[in-house]
Amino acid sequence: MDSEQKSERMLSPYRVLDLADEKGLLCGKILGDLGADVIKVEKPGGDPTRNIGPFYKDIRDPEKSLYWFAFNTSKRGITLNIKKPEGQGIFKKLVEKADVVIESFSPGYMDKLGLGYSGLSKMNPRIILTSVSPFGQEGPYRDYKTSDLVSTALSGVLYITGDADRPPVRISFPVAYQFAGAEAALGTLMALYYRNITGEGQQVDTSTQWSMNPAQYDVIGWWAALKKIYKRQGPFLIRPNTGIIFRQHWPCKDGYVTFYYFGGPTGAASNRALVQWIGEEGFDVAFMKDRDWPKFDYALISQEEVNRMEKPTAEFFKSHTKKELLAGATKRGVMLYPAATPKDMLESEQLAFRKYWAKLEHPELGAEITYPDACFKASETTCTIRRRAPLIGEHNEEIYQKELGFSAKELVALKKRGIIYRIKK
Amino acid sequence: MIAQTKKLFEGVRIFDLTWTGVGPTAIKYFAEYGAQVVKVESSLRPDPLRTLPPFVDNKVGLDRSQTYGRKNNNKLSLALNLNHPRAKEVTRRLIEWADVIAEAFAPGAMKRWGLNYEEVVKIKPDIIMMSTSMQGQTGPASSHPGYGYPLTSLSGFTYITGWPDRPPAGAFGPFTDFIAPLYCVVAVVSALDYKRRTGKGQHLDISQYECGLQFLSPMILDYTVNGREFQRRGNRSDCAAPHGVYRCLGDDRWCAIAVFTEEEWHSFCKVIGNPKWCKEHRFATLKDRLKNAGELDKLVETWTVEHTAEEIMALMQAAGVAAGVVENSEDFVNDPQLKHYGAFFTVPHPEMGTCTCQASTVRLTKTPKVEPIRPPLLGEHTELVCKKFLGMPEEQYVSLLLGNVFT
Repeated sequence: MDSEQKSERMLSPYRVLDLADEKGLLCGKILGDLGADVIKVEKPGGDPTRNIGPFYKDIRDPEKSLYWFAFNTSKRGITLNIKKPEGQGIFKKLVEKADVVIESFSPGYMDKLGLGYSGLSKMNPRIILTSVSPFGQEGPYRDYKTSDLVSTALSGVLYITGDADRPPVRISFPVAYQFAGAEAALGTLMALYYRNITGEGQQVDTSTQWSMNPAQYDVIGWWAALKKIYKRQGPFLIRPNTGIIFRQHWPCKDGYVTFYYFGGPTGAASNRALVQWIGEEGFDVAFMKDRDWPKFDYALISQEEVNRMEKPTAEFFKSHTKKELLAGATKRGVMLYPAATPKDMLESEQLAFRKYWAKLEHPELGAEITYPDACFKASETTCTIRRRAPLIGEHNEEIYQKELGFSAKELVALKKRGIIYRIKK
Repeated sequence: MIAQTKKLFEGVRIFDLTWTGVGPTAIKYFAEYGAQVVKVESSLRPDPLRTLPPFVDNKVGLDRSQTYGRKNNNKLSLALNLNHPRAKEVTRRLIEWADVIAEAFAPGAMKRWGLNYEEVVKIKPDIIMMSTSMQGQTGPASSHPGYGYPLTSLSGFTYITGWPDRPPAGAFGPFTDFIAPLYCVVAVVSALDYKRRTGKGQHLDISQYECGLQFLSPMILDYTVNGREFQRRGNRSDCAAPHGVYRCLGDDRWCAIAVFTEEEWHSFCKVIGNPKWCKEHRFATLKDRLKNAGELDKLVETWTVEHTAEEIMALMQAAGVAAGVVENSEDFVNDPQLKHYGAFFTVPHPEMGTCTCQASTVRLTKTPKVEPIRPPLLGEHTELVCKKFLGMPEEQYVSLLLGNVFT
């Protein structure tokens, strides 16, 4: 894959109006990073999402939210009060020239404003309305409230996360909503695909609960096949059919690494390579050397045997740093990775080689900030983040005047009535 | 005139070489929305999911794994030994037939079979190829083997999950295996649209590592800007208190509760009967509650242990407070909201009796998913695909069959 700039991007022809809060910000980011013209539509004065931390140099300021920066790359931004009829009229004008509207209000709220799917499709039958909500647009939980923790709980992922002797625990940095955001992006693209064949738009309905549910992995399988309830095991894994428990996260010299002796042919070469490596450094693994690894299966060995295997393995890991273990594992083909921190990621040779880090100028901060670049590489089209997140109302003039044809005078009038700008008290 | 609703991906043909978690989960979106998906697999080197528990009644068999089953409904299975010298006779026809080739092997494997993008475009210039791998097709670590569990660690999720006074408990299972498929679908549908507009196909290189980091980008910026390495903090929040998982009536029953605003705090207090401690100075404002979160959690739990998690969720939600049962597998299979969306469905299966499948997790209001079809037995559709889809003459099919190519 070369890095030269290719003229047309994957989603260049599309315009997206993004009304979403933190539940759906990722959707517009994905579409924008792939080339769509995404316009973040905030309420006058700026979205409350701008108050989510962390903040640039820890200064709490709506123009300094790193959360906002991270999930609004490649978007332009305007402000508009869609609660007022005049604002709704302007929004409908925007919809006439748009392909997608993303929203994450409580189900039914957009309808109340006359901006639900039935309202918008009258203006533009080709419009896709992508809705991200806690539990979906329908069903018994439709009007329930959520948060990262509550979505994780109801997705089934929380129960199985955490140490066995403590309450279930969430991933400390909130990620539940990102599942819905990414799901909304793929749903939007599927709806666009259909529209481009049939001419007909539709509403896409995504839920934070449902979109995170697959991350419970085979917990559903254990229930469906054997009526076993999988329980959280902290740094260990368990085979619910035999009760055999084995470690996956291990302390090393300066942190933690993740490894287990993966069963069957898939893990054989990796297991052999690690045992060889441990042996070379003088730990006692003679009893593991001649094991028939392609037939290795945690279901077929005793807990004593597991414990015996884990002893020299633990000692070996403790004698090395994350970096040493990763380098050796890469060289020897061992299926081991460290429990990385952001520092480790920024130091990754692999990510550097793939030019995963992009720098964006933030002139108003006098700073250049390093971001993760777009989510994949493509041979024919450029996938990169294109601009930093918009400031509050940054593109009001550009969009209202140049693209919608409002005169400067009209803009001032709209400002006075609080349609575009907040009226200063 | 009302046109009959077409299947969303009607006419899209996928030559599916993916295996394990990520690729099959992604390709299922296409299968469930009407694409023709031919999954090419081999009993000589089966999809690892076919070998993974749980098996129905603990009886092991390549056609008995629930883990495989629930990710592969609505796909056809063609058995093919890619290492056989005559396999090319089949793959060539599949390439000519397909719009999309999807693969999830370790980078380099496709080249050994002559199936790398550069070779495939010689046969089909406008093909779209989706390659998903641990760390991408290029770079010094591209050939480092792995799978979702350790990759979840490399992607940062393990370190930040657990309690501040303990080593990481880790995000559950192969967590990144459920992030990457979303990006795979985004990539393929975008590429289909690009091809519609320009006539050009392309190669999509999706690193599951890079996808995982996308979800954590604010945390990464906190490091690149502020130099801060985010640490485990249990269930604490900066902007809500009470905010936690509270023990409820019953064995290992829990309810998650998150109280953000003053209004929610007052509603919360009302639900639990306005005990005296709610009025105490140390809990007067959010700032106070955050400062005294430990004591607050203990007091909240004195109330929750007396009630069932279901009752607490219903009472809190009725009062406008975010709360949810910490659902175990039995709970979420029976969860009325997930049921409403058809998250799980059961299909009859000749080897398993029944197989529980997991629907792809989005609802499009005008274009429903197609009728469920049970996951395929290994090689079940080899003859059908060769003859009907690929137009292979009878003699060639029989000769390949007798030559043990379809194994």
